[in-house]
Amino acid sequence: MIVLDNLAKSFGSKQVLRGVSLEVPDGRNTVIIGPSGIGKSVTLKLIVGLIEPDGGAVEVDGEVVHQMDRRRLAELRGRVGYVFQFAALFDSMTVAENIRLGLVKRGHGEDVIRERIEESLAVVDLPGVEDKYPAELSGGMRKRVGIARAIALKPHYILYDEPTTGLDPITSAVMDQFMIRTRDLGVTGLVVTHDMRSAFSVGDRIAMLHEGSIRQVGTVGEIQATEDPIVRQFIEGRPGPPAPAPAGRFE
Amino acid sequence: MASRGAARDGFVAHVGRRSLETARALADVKTWGPLLAGQMRRLGVDSVPIALFIAVFTGIVLSLLSSYIFTGTVPMYFVGALVGKTVMMELGPVLTGMALAGRVGASIAAELGTMKVTEQVDALETLAYDPNSYLIVPRVLAATLMFPVVTAFAMAVGVGAGWVTSINLLDLSTPEFLKGLKQFYQFKDIWFGLVKSASFGAAVALMGCLRGLDARAGAAGVGLSTTRAVVLGCEAILVLDAFWALVLL
Ligand SMILES: Nc1ncnc2c1ncn2[C@@H]1O[C@H](COP(=O)(O)OP(=O)(O)OP(=O)(O)O)[C@@H](O)[C@H]1O
Ligand SMILES: [Mg+2]
Repeated sequence: MIVLDNLAKSFGSKQVLRGVSLEVPDGRNTVIIGPSGIGKSVTLKLIVGLIEPDGGAVEVDGEVVHQMDRRRLAELRGRVGYVFQFAALFDSMTVAENIRLGLVKRGHGEDVIRERIEESLAVVDLPGVEDKYPAELSGGMRKRVGIARAIALKPHYILYDEPTTGLDPITSAVMDQFMIRTRDLGVTGLVVTHDMRSAFSVGDRIAMLHEGSIRQVGTVGEIQATEDPIVRQFIEGRPGPPAPAPAGRFE
Repeated sequence: MASRGAARDGFVAHVGRRSLETARALADVKTWGPLLAGQMRRLGVDSVPIALFIAVFTGIVLSLLSSYIFTGTVPMYFVGALVGKTVMMELGPVLTGMALAGRVGASIAAELGTMKVTEQVDALETLAYDPNSYLIVPRVLAATLMFPVVTAFAMAVGVGAGWVTSINLLDLSTPEFLKGLKQFYQFKDIWFGLVKSASFGAAVALMGCLRGLDARAGAAGVGLSTTRAVVLGCEAILVLDAFWALVLL
Protein backbone atom coordinates (compact mmCIF):
# COMPACT_ATOMS: atom_id res chain seq x y z
CA MET A 1 0.00 0.00 0.00
CA ILE A 2 1.08 3.55 -0.72
CA VAL A 3 0.32 6.11 1.97
CA LEU A 4 0.83 9.83 1.57
CA ASP A 5 1.04 11.40 4.96
CA ASN A 6 0.69 15.17 5.19
CA LEU A 7 3.07 15.82 2.29
CA ALA A 8 4.38 19.33 1.85
CA LYS A 9 6.55 20.61 -0.93
CA SER A 10 7.63 24.08 -2.05
CA PHE A 11 9.74 25.27 -4.93
CA GLY A 12 11.41 28.48 -3.89
CA SER A 13 8.73 30.67 -2.38
CA LYS A 14 5.97 28.77 -4.16
CA GLN A 15 4.23 26.28 -1.94
CA VAL A 16 2.81 23.56 -4.14
CA LEU A 17 1.69 20.92 -1.64
CA ARG A 18 0.57 21.97 1.83
CA GLY A 19 -0.36 18.69 3.44
CA VAL A 20 -1.52 15.97 1.11
CA SER A 21 -2.79 12.83 2.80
CA LEU A 22 -4.08 9.93 0.78
CA GLU A 23 -4.16 6.17 0.98
CA VAL A 24 -3.75 4.14 -2.17
CA PRO A 25 -5.21 0.74 -1.38
CA ASP A 26 -3.77 -2.34 -3.04
CA GLY A 27 -5.42 -3.92 -6.03
CA ARG A 28 -7.45 -0.85 -6.98
CA ASN A 29 -7.11 2.13 -9.24
CA THR A 30 -6.98 5.43 -7.43
CA VAL A 31 -7.33 8.52 -9.57
CA ILE A 32 -6.03 11.95 -8.68
CA ILE A 33 -7.79 14.77 -10.46
CA GLY A 34 -7.12 18.47 -10.27
CA PRO A 35 -6.41 21.48 -12.43
CA SER A 36 -3.18 22.11 -14.27
CA GLY A 37 -0.20 23.17 -12.19
CA ILE A 38 -1.73 22.08 -8.89
CA GLY A 39 1.04 19.58 -8.10
CA LYS A 40 -0.18 16.24 -9.42
CA SER A 41 3.06 15.36 -11.15
CA VAL A 42 5.00 16.57 -8.11
CA THR A 43 2.96 14.19 -5.96
CA LEU A 44 3.82 11.22 -8.17
CA LYS A 45 7.50 12.16 -8.18
CA LEU A 46 7.49 12.29 -4.39
CA ILE A 47 6.19 8.72 -4.30
CA VAL A 48 9.17 7.30 -6.16
CA GLY A 49 11.66 9.57 -4.42
CA LEU A 50 12.56 11.70 -7.43
CA ILE A 51 11.95 14.71 -5.20
CA GLU A 52 12.20 14.96 -1.43
CA PRO A 53 9.30 16.31 0.60
CA ASP A 54 9.75 19.40 2.79
CA GLY A 55 7.36 17.90 5.29
CA GLY A 56 5.37 14.71 5.79
CA ALA A 57 6.29 11.38 4.23
CA VAL A 58 5.40 8.80 1.64
CA GLU A 59 5.25 5.23 2.79
CA VAL A 60 5.34 2.39 0.31
CA ASP A 61 4.74 -1.05 1.80
CA GLY A 62 5.40 0.41 5.24
CA GLU A 63 8.72 2.03 4.41
CA VAL A 64 9.35 5.76 4.32
CA VAL A 65 10.62 6.67 0.87
CA HIS A 66 12.79 9.69 1.68
CA GLN A 67 14.67 7.70 4.33
CA MET A 68 15.72 4.95 1.94
CA ASP A 69 19.34 4.64 0.82
CA ARG A 70 20.19 4.21 -2.86
CA ARG A 71 19.91 0.45 -2.76
CA ARG A 72 16.49 0.42 -1.09
CA LEU A 73 15.34 3.13 -3.46
CA ALA A 74 16.42 1.05 -6.45
CA GLU A 75 14.44 -1.87 -5.03
CA LEU A 76 11.41 0.34 -4.52
CA ARG A 77 11.64 1.50 -8.11
CA GLY A 78 11.62 -2.11 -9.17
CA ARG A 79 8.17 -2.39 -7.60
CA VAL A 80 6.78 0.91 -8.82
CA GLY A 81 6.39 1.61 -12.54
CA TYR A 82 6.23 5.23 -13.62
CA VAL A 83 4.57 6.50 -16.77
CA PHE A 84 5.77 10.04 -17.43
CA GLN A 85 3.46 12.80 -18.53
CA PHE A 86 5.58 13.50 -21.60
CA ALA A 87 6.78 9.91 -21.99
CA ALA A 88 10.41 10.80 -21.19
CA LEU A 89 11.74 8.24 -23.67
CA PHE A 90 15.49 8.07 -24.13
CA ASP A 91 15.78 9.80 -27.46
CA SER A 92 19.15 8.35 -28.38
CA MET A 93 17.72 4.82 -28.18
CA THR A 94 15.22 2.87 -30.22
CA VAL A 95 11.89 1.86 -28.75
CA ALA A 96 13.17 -1.64 -28.06
CA GLU A 97 16.27 -0.31 -26.33
CA ASN A 98 14.12 1.96 -24.21
CA ILE A 99 12.15 -1.00 -22.93
CA ARG A 100 15.20 -3.22 -22.69
CA LEU A 101 17.08 -0.89 -20.35
CA GLY A 102 14.95 -1.55 -17.29
CA LEU A 103 14.83 -5.28 -18.00
CA VAL A 104 18.60 -5.53 -18.27
CA LYS A 105 18.95 -3.81 -14.90
CA ARG A 106 16.78 -6.48 -13.35
CA GLY A 107 19.05 -9.15 -14.74
CA HIS A 108 16.62 -10.83 -17.11
CA GLY A 109 17.97 -13.12 -19.80
CA GLU A 110 17.91 -12.27 -23.48
CA ASP A 111 14.89 -14.52 -24.20
CA VAL A 112 12.77 -13.02 -21.47
CA ILE A 113 13.78 -9.53 -22.55
CA ARG A 114 12.75 -10.09 -26.15
CA GLU A 115 9.51 -11.66 -25.07
CA ARG A 116 8.66 -8.84 -22.68
CA ILE A 117 9.41 -6.16 -25.27
CA GLU A 118 7.11 -7.80 -27.77
CA GLU A 119 4.43 -8.47 -25.17
CA SER A 120 4.37 -4.97 -23.73
CA LEU A 121 4.28 -3.32 -27.16
CA ALA A 122 1.38 -5.58 -28.10
CA VAL A 123 -0.49 -4.51 -24.97
CA VAL A 124 -0.28 -0.84 -25.94
CA ASP A 125 -1.17 -1.80 -29.49
CA LEU A 126 2.09 -0.75 -31.10
CA PRO A 127 3.57 -3.81 -32.78
CA GLY A 128 6.43 -3.29 -35.20
CA VAL A 129 7.89 -0.06 -33.84
CA GLU A 130 10.81 -1.74 -32.04
CA ASP A 131 13.48 -0.24 -34.23
CA LYS A 132 12.08 3.26 -34.48
CA TYR A 133 13.52 6.20 -32.59
CA PRO A 134 11.22 8.30 -30.38
CA ALA A 135 11.61 11.26 -32.74
CA GLU A 136 9.99 9.15 -35.48
CA LEU A 137 6.84 8.54 -33.42
CA SER A 138 3.80 10.71 -32.83
CA GLY A 139 3.18 12.13 -29.35
CA GLY A 140 0.51 9.55 -28.61
CA MET A 141 2.70 6.69 -29.78
CA ARG A 142 5.53 7.92 -27.56
CA LYS A 143 3.19 7.98 -24.64
CA ARG A 144 2.20 4.40 -25.26
CA VAL A 145 5.83 3.36 -25.52
CA GLY A 146 6.32 5.03 -22.14
CA ILE A 147 3.55 2.83 -20.77
CA ALA A 148 5.07 -0.24 -22.41
CA ARG A 149 8.42 0.58 -20.81
CA ALA A 150 6.81 0.68 -17.37
CA ILE A 151 4.65 -2.44 -17.69
CA ALA A 152 7.42 -4.56 -19.22
CA LEU A 153 8.92 -4.68 -15.72
CA LYS A 154 5.72 -6.13 -14.26
CA PRO A 155 5.62 -3.79 -11.28
CA HIS A 156 3.24 -4.07 -8.29
CA TYR A 157 2.28 -0.45 -8.60
CA ILE A 158 2.01 1.74 -11.65
CA LEU A 159 1.87 5.52 -11.45
CA TYR A 160 0.33 6.95 -14.60
CA ASP A 161 0.84 10.65 -15.19
CA GLU A 162 -1.96 11.68 -17.56
CA PRO A 163 -1.95 8.49 -19.59
CA THR A 164 -4.74 9.57 -21.94
CA THR A 165 -3.91 13.23 -22.51
CA GLY A 166 -3.04 13.75 -26.15
CA LEU A 167 -4.51 10.46 -27.32
CA ASP A 168 -7.44 10.23 -29.70
CA PRO A 169 -10.74 9.12 -28.12
CA ILE A 170 -10.44 5.54 -29.32
CA THR A 171 -6.87 5.05 -28.23
CA SER A 172 -7.64 6.64 -24.91
CA ALA A 173 -10.56 4.26 -24.42
CA VAL A 174 -8.16 1.43 -25.22
CA MET A 175 -5.77 2.83 -22.58
CA ASP A 176 -8.63 2.93 -20.08
CA GLN A 177 -9.44 -0.70 -20.77
CA PHE A 178 -5.79 -1.51 -20.39
CA MET A 179 -5.60 0.18 -16.98
CA ILE A 180 -8.69 -1.71 -15.84
CA ARG A 181 -7.27 -5.00 -17.09
CA THR A 182 -3.97 -4.34 -15.37
CA ARG A 183 -5.79 -3.68 -12.13
CA ASP A 184 -7.71 -6.92 -12.53
CA LEU A 185 -4.35 -8.67 -12.74
CA GLY A 186 -3.63 -7.33 -9.28
CA VAL A 187 -1.57 -4.26 -10.09
CA THR A 188 -2.29 -1.20 -8.01
CA GLY A 189 -2.73 1.89 -10.12
CA LEU A 190 -2.43 5.55 -9.25
CA VAL A 191 -3.66 7.59 -12.17
CA VAL A 192 -3.26 11.32 -12.53
CA THR A 193 -5.58 12.85 -15.05
CA HIS A 194 -7.85 15.72 -15.89
CA ASP A 195 -9.79 13.63 -18.36
CA MET A 196 -12.99 13.06 -16.33
CA ARG A 197 -14.36 10.44 -18.67
CA SER A 198 -11.21 8.41 -18.14
CA ALA A 199 -11.23 9.08 -14.40
CA PHE A 200 -14.75 7.73 -14.03
CA SER A 201 -14.16 4.64 -16.13
CA VAL A 202 -10.77 3.68 -14.69
CA GLY A 203 -11.06 4.80 -11.09
CA ASP A 204 -12.24 2.81 -8.13
CA ARG A 205 -11.58 5.84 -5.99
CA ILE A 206 -11.12 9.42 -6.99
CA ALA A 207 -9.28 12.11 -5.07
CA MET A 208 -9.33 15.74 -5.99
CA LEU A 209 -6.24 17.83 -5.36
CA HIS A 210 -6.99 21.47 -4.73
CA GLU A 211 -4.77 24.25 -3.41
CA GLY A 212 -2.15 21.97 -1.98
CA SER A 213 -4.28 19.34 -0.29
CA ILE A 214 -6.87 16.68 -1.03
CA ARG A 215 -10.23 18.39 -1.28
CA GLN A 216 -12.32 15.25 -1.46
CA VAL A 217 -11.79 11.56 -1.90
CA GLY A 218 -14.45 8.98 -2.60
CA THR A 219 -15.82 6.35 -4.93
CA VAL A 220 -16.84 7.31 -8.45
CA GLY A 221 -20.47 7.48 -7.29
CA GLU A 222 -19.63 9.69 -4.35
CA ILE A 223 -17.63 12.08 -6.46
CA GLN A 224 -20.30 12.23 -9.16
CA ALA A 225 -22.87 13.08 -6.50
CA THR A 226 -20.65 15.54 -4.68
CA GLU A 227 -22.09 18.67 -3.16
CA ASP A 228 -18.70 20.35 -2.85
CA PRO A 229 -18.95 23.30 -5.24
CA ILE A 230 -15.26 23.21 -6.17
CA VAL A 231 -15.26 19.51 -6.98
CA ARG A 232 -18.55 19.91 -8.86
CA GLN A 233 -17.17 22.74 -10.90
CA PHE A 234 -14.09 20.74 -11.83
CA ILE A 235 -15.83 17.52 -12.84
CA GLU A 236 -18.39 19.43 -14.83
CA GLY A 237 -15.68 21.51 -16.43
CA ARG A 238 -17.36 24.85 -15.82
CA PRO A 239 -15.15 27.92 -16.07
CA GLY A 240 -14.88 29.82 -12.79
CA PRO A 241 -16.82 32.98 -12.10
CA PRO A 242 -15.24 35.88 -13.96
CA ALA A 243 -12.76 37.77 -11.83
CA PRO A 244 -14.21 41.09 -10.66
CA ALA A 245 -12.85 44.06 -12.58
CA PRO A 246 -10.19 45.87 -10.57
CA ALA A 247 -11.79 48.79 -8.80
CA GLY A 248 -11.18 52.24 -10.21
CA ARG A 249 -9.87 50.93 -13.49
CA PHE A 250 -12.55 52.44 -15.69
CA GLU A 251 -13.23 55.61 -13.81
CA MET B 1 28.67 40.15 -5.28
CA ALA B 2 28.26 38.54 -1.88
CA SER B 3 25.48 36.33 -3.13
CA ARG B 4 27.60 35.33 -6.10
CA GLY B 5 30.36 34.33 -3.74
CA ALA B 6 27.89 32.32 -1.70
CA ALA B 7 26.56 30.67 -4.85
CA ARG B 8 30.11 29.77 -5.79
CA ASP B 9 30.79 28.22 -2.36
CA GLY B 10 27.59 26.27 -2.76
CA PHE B 11 28.77 25.10 -6.14
CA VAL B 12 32.14 23.99 -4.79
CA ALA B 13 30.41 21.97 -2.08
CA HIS B 14 28.07 20.58 -4.72
CA VAL B 15 30.99 19.56 -6.93
CA GLY B 16 32.63 17.91 -3.93
CA ARG B 17 29.53 15.94 -3.07
CA ARG B 18 28.91 14.88 -6.64
CA SER B 19 32.54 13.85 -7.04
CA LEU B 20 32.22 11.62 -3.99
CA GLU B 21 29.01 10.07 -5.27
CA THR B 22 30.67 9.53 -8.63
CA ALA B 23 33.65 7.88 -6.98
CA ARG B 24 31.28 5.58 -5.15
CA ALA B 25 29.48 4.81 -8.39
CA LEU B 26 32.79 3.50 -9.79
CA ALA B 27 32.05 0.25 -7.99
CA ASP B 28 29.01 -0.26 -10.19
CA VAL B 29 31.06 -1.62 -13.09
CA LYS B 30 28.14 -3.58 -14.49
CA THR B 31 26.33 -0.35 -15.29
CA TRP B 32 29.08 1.83 -16.72
CA GLY B 33 31.33 -0.87 -18.17
CA PRO B 34 29.36 -1.46 -21.37
CA LEU B 35 29.07 2.30 -22.00
CA LEU B 36 32.75 3.16 -21.68
CA ALA B 37 33.97 2.23 -25.14
CA GLY B 38 31.26 4.23 -26.86
CA GLN B 39 32.05 7.31 -24.81
CA MET B 40 35.78 6.91 -25.44
CA ARG B 41 35.13 6.89 -29.14
CA ARG B 42 32.79 9.82 -28.98
CA LEU B 43 34.82 12.01 -26.64
CA GLY B 44 38.29 10.95 -27.69
CA VAL B 45 38.63 9.70 -31.22
CA ASP B 46 36.32 12.30 -32.67
CA SER B 47 38.37 15.05 -31.02
CA VAL B 48 41.65 14.10 -32.71
CA PRO B 49 41.31 16.33 -35.82
CA ILE B 50 40.80 19.56 -33.88
CA ALA B 51 43.64 18.71 -31.49
CA LEU B 52 46.03 17.99 -34.37
CA PHE B 53 45.01 21.16 -36.16
CA ILE B 54 45.94 23.17 -33.09
CA ALA B 55 49.16 21.23 -32.60
CA VAL B 56 50.40 21.90 -36.12
CA PHE B 57 50.07 25.64 -35.75
CA THR B 58 51.48 25.64 -32.24
CA GLY B 59 54.57 23.81 -33.51
CA ILE B 60 55.04 26.24 -36.40
CA VAL B 61 54.67 29.34 -34.26
CA LEU B 62 56.88 28.02 -31.47
CA SER B 63 59.79 27.32 -33.78
CA LEU B 64 59.52 30.72 -35.47
CA LEU B 65 59.20 32.42 -32.12
CA SER B 66 62.17 30.67 -30.57
CA SER B 67 64.38 31.39 -33.57
CA TYR B 68 63.39 35.05 -33.24
CA ILE B 69 64.30 35.00 -29.54
CA PHE B 70 67.54 33.02 -29.90
CA THR B 71 69.02 34.59 -33.03
CA GLY B 72 72.30 36.24 -32.11
CA THR B 73 72.28 35.18 -28.46
CA VAL B 74 71.80 31.47 -28.06
CA PRO B 75 72.85 28.64 -30.39
CA MET B 76 70.05 27.87 -32.81
CA TYR B 77 69.80 24.21 -31.88
CA PHE B 78 68.01 25.42 -28.77
CA VAL B 79 64.99 25.83 -31.01
CA GLY B 80 64.56 22.06 -30.80
CA ALA B 81 64.75 22.20 -27.01
CA LEU B 82 62.22 24.98 -26.67
CA VAL B 83 59.75 23.48 -29.10
CA GLY B 84 60.02 20.05 -27.49
CA LYS B 85 59.75 21.18 -23.88
CA THR B 86 56.97 23.66 -24.44
CA VAL B 87 54.85 21.39 -26.57
CA MET B 88 55.19 18.38 -24.30
CA MET B 89 54.94 20.07 -20.94
CA GLU B 90 52.60 22.95 -21.46
CA LEU B 91 51.06 23.87 -24.78
CA GLY B 92 50.24 20.35 -25.90
CA PRO B 93 48.22 19.45 -22.82
CA VAL B 94 46.74 22.89 -22.17
CA LEU B 95 45.73 23.87 -25.69
CA THR B 96 44.39 20.40 -26.39
CA GLY B 97 42.55 20.56 -23.08
CA MET B 98 41.02 23.92 -23.93
CA ALA B 99 39.93 22.77 -27.35
CA LEU B 100 38.38 19.66 -25.88
CA ALA B 101 36.78 21.67 -23.07
CA GLY B 102 34.84 23.40 -25.80
CA ARG B 103 34.04 20.28 -27.70
CA VAL B 104 33.65 17.63 -25.02
CA GLY B 105 32.41 19.83 -22.18
CA ALA B 106 29.78 21.46 -24.36
CA SER B 107 28.55 18.25 -25.89
CA ILE B 108 28.24 16.52 -22.52
CA ALA B 109 26.46 19.47 -20.93
CA ALA B 110 24.06 19.85 -23.84
CA GLU B 111 23.30 16.14 -23.92
CA LEU B 112 22.74 15.68 -20.20
CA GLY B 113 20.98 19.04 -19.95
CA THR B 114 18.48 17.97 -22.58
CA MET B 115 18.02 14.64 -20.83
CA LYS B 116 17.43 16.45 -17.58
CA VAL B 117 14.82 18.90 -18.81
CA THR B 118 12.95 16.25 -20.80
CA GLU B 119 12.81 14.07 -17.65
CA GLN B 120 14.97 11.37 -19.19
CA VAL B 121 17.19 11.51 -16.12
CA ASP B 122 14.13 10.99 -13.91
CA ALA B 123 13.06 8.14 -16.16
CA LEU B 124 16.47 6.55 -15.76
CA GLU B 125 16.09 6.72 -11.99
CA THR B 126 12.64 5.16 -12.07
CA LEU B 127 14.17 2.25 -13.97
CA ALA B 128 16.43 1.83 -10.92
CA TYR B 129 19.56 3.22 -12.54
CA ASP B 130 21.88 5.53 -10.67
CA PRO B 131 22.59 8.50 -12.97
CA ASN B 132 26.04 8.72 -11.38
CA SER B 133 26.98 5.29 -12.65
CA TYR B 134 25.04 5.41 -15.87
CA LEU B 135 25.73 8.95 -17.04
CA ILE B 136 28.63 10.51 -15.14
CA VAL B 137 31.13 7.69 -14.60
CA PRO B 138 31.46 6.54 -18.23
CA ARG B 139 31.90 10.11 -19.45
CA VAL B 140 34.40 11.18 -16.81
CA LEU B 141 36.35 7.97 -17.15
CA ALA B 142 36.37 8.13 -20.94
CA ALA B 143 37.62 11.71 -20.89
CA THR B 144 40.28 10.89 -18.27
CA LEU B 145 41.57 8.08 -20.44
CA MET B 146 41.24 9.76 -23.82
CA PHE B 147 42.54 13.28 -23.14
CA PRO B 148 46.09 11.90 -22.65
CA VAL B 149 45.81 9.84 -25.81
CA VAL B 150 44.71 12.82 -27.87
CA THR B 151 47.35 14.94 -26.17
CA ALA B 152 50.05 12.41 -27.01
CA PHE B 153 49.13 12.69 -30.68
CA ALA B 154 49.14 16.46 -30.36
CA MET B 155 52.61 16.40 -28.79
CA ALA B 156 54.02 14.29 -31.57
CA VAL B 157 52.42 16.39 -34.29
CA GLY B 158 53.37 19.65 -32.58
CA VAL B 159 57.03 18.70 -32.32
CA GLY B 160 56.89 17.37 -35.88
CA ALA B 161 55.49 20.65 -37.14
CA GLY B 162 58.20 22.54 -35.27
CA TRP B 163 60.81 20.36 -36.90
CA VAL B 164 59.43 20.77 -40.41
CA THR B 165 59.27 24.51 -39.91
CA SER B 166 62.82 24.66 -38.58
CA ILE B 167 64.40 22.86 -41.49
CA ASN B 168 62.34 24.63 -44.12
CA LEU B 169 61.97 28.18 -42.89
CA LEU B 170 64.88 28.52 -40.48
CA ASP B 171 68.55 27.91 -41.04
CA LEU B 172 68.46 24.69 -39.09
CA SER B 173 69.29 21.12 -40.01
CA THR B 174 67.57 18.02 -38.76
CA PRO B 175 70.58 16.92 -36.64
CA GLU B 176 70.70 20.34 -35.01
CA PHE B 177 67.00 20.31 -34.21
CA LEU B 178 67.26 16.79 -32.80
CA LYS B 179 70.31 17.73 -30.78
CA GLY B 180 68.38 20.45 -28.99
CA LEU B 181 65.39 18.22 -28.58
CA LYS B 182 67.43 15.38 -27.05
CA GLN B 183 69.82 17.39 -24.92
CA PHE B 184 67.14 18.73 -22.64
CA TYR B 185 64.61 15.95 -22.95
CA GLN B 186 63.67 14.08 -19.80
CA PHE B 187 61.17 11.27 -19.63
CA LYS B 188 59.31 13.33 -17.06
CA ASP B 189 58.42 15.91 -19.71
CA ILE B 190 56.08 13.48 -21.37
CA TRP B 191 54.42 11.92 -18.39
CA PHE B 192 54.05 15.30 -16.74
CA GLY B 193 52.10 16.44 -19.78
CA LEU B 194 50.04 13.29 -19.91
CA VAL B 195 49.16 13.27 -16.21
CA LYS B 196 48.06 16.86 -16.53
CA SER B 197 45.89 16.11 -19.50
CA ALA B 198 44.26 13.20 -17.70
CA SER B 199 43.28 15.53 -14.90
CA PHE B 200 42.01 18.06 -17.46
CA GLY B 201 39.86 15.36 -18.99
CA ALA B 202 38.35 14.43 -15.65
CA ALA B 203 37.63 18.07 -14.80
CA VAL B 204 36.14 18.99 -18.17
CA ALA B 205 33.86 15.96 -18.25
CA LEU B 206 32.79 16.40 -14.63
CA MET B 207 31.90 20.06 -15.19
CA GLY B 208 29.96 19.11 -18.30
CA CYS B 209 28.05 16.42 -16.40
CA LEU B 210 27.28 18.55 -13.35
CA ARG B 211 26.24 21.60 -15.34
CA GLY B 212 24.14 19.46 -17.62
CA LEU B 213 22.36 17.71 -14.75
CA ASP B 214 21.68 21.07 -13.10
CA ALA B 215 20.14 22.51 -16.25
CA ARG B 216 16.95 24.51 -15.80
CA ALA B 217 13.93 23.85 -17.91
CA GLY B 218 13.86 25.09 -21.48
CA ALA B 219 16.23 25.42 -24.37
CA ALA B 220 17.69 28.61 -22.86
CA GLY B 221 18.46 26.70 -19.65
CA VAL B 222 20.37 24.07 -21.57
CA GLY B 223 22.24 26.74 -23.51
CA LEU B 224 23.26 28.47 -20.30
CA SER B 225 24.46 25.22 -18.75
CA THR B 226 26.49 24.47 -21.84
CA THR B 227 28.22 27.84 -21.76
CA ARG B 228 28.91 27.52 -18.06
CA ALA B 229 30.32 24.04 -18.50
CA VAL B 230 32.81 25.28 -21.08
CA VAL B 231 33.87 28.28 -19.00
CA LEU B 232 34.23 26.18 -15.85
CA GLY B 233 36.12 23.51 -17.77
CA CYS B 234 38.64 26.07 -19.04
CA GLU B 235 39.01 27.60 -15.59
CA ALA B 236 39.56 24.19 -14.07
CA ILE B 237 42.27 23.45 -16.65
CA LEU B 238 44.18 26.61 -15.76
CA VAL B 239 43.91 25.99 -12.03
CA LEU B 240 44.98 22.36 -12.39
CA ASP B 241 47.82 23.42 -14.66
CA ALA B 242 49.20 25.67 -11.94
CA PHE B 243 48.58 22.99 -9.34
CA TRP B 244 50.61 20.36 -11.20
CA ALA B 245 53.41 22.84 -11.84
CA LEU B 246 53.63 23.46 -8.11
CA VAL B 247 53.39 19.83 -7.12
CA LEU B 248 55.37 18.01 -9.76
CA LEU B 249 58.07 20.40 -10.96
N1 LIG C 1 11.45 20.95 -10.43
C1 LIG C 1 10.65 22.01 -10.22
N2 LIG C 1 11.18 23.21 -9.93
C2 LIG C 1 10.41 24.28 -9.71
N3 LIG C 1 9.07 24.26 -9.77
C3 LIG C 1 8.47 23.10 -10.05
C4 LIG C 1 9.23 21.92 -10.29
N4 LIG C 1 8.36 20.92 -10.56
C5 LIG C 1 7.13 21.45 -10.48
N5 LIG C 1 7.18 22.76 -10.17
C6 LIG C 1 6.03 23.66 -9.97
O1 LIG C 1 5.10 22.99 -9.18
C7 LIG C 1 3.79 23.24 -9.63
C8 LIG C 1 3.04 21.95 -9.84
O2 LIG C 1 3.60 21.28 -10.93
P1 LIG C 1 3.06 19.89 -11.45
O3 LIG C 1 3.90 19.52 -12.62
O4 LIG C 1 2.97 18.92 -10.35
O5 LIG C 1 1.61 20.27 -11.94
P2 LIG C 1 0.49 19.28 -12.46
O6 LIG C 1 -0.59 19.27 -11.46
O7 LIG C 1 1.09 17.99 -12.83
O8 LIG C 1 -0.01 20.07 -13.74
P3 LIG C 1 -0.36 19.49 -15.20
O9 LIG C 1 -1.71 18.93 -15.11
O10 LIG C 1 -0.30 20.70 -16.07
O11 LIG C 1 0.69 18.48 -15.53
C9 LIG C 1 3.91 24.08 -10.88
O12 LIG C 1 3.63 25.41 -10.54
C10 LIG C 1 5.35 23.95 -11.28
O13 LIG C 1 5.80 25.15 -11.82
MG1 LIG D 1 1.63 17.09 -14.49
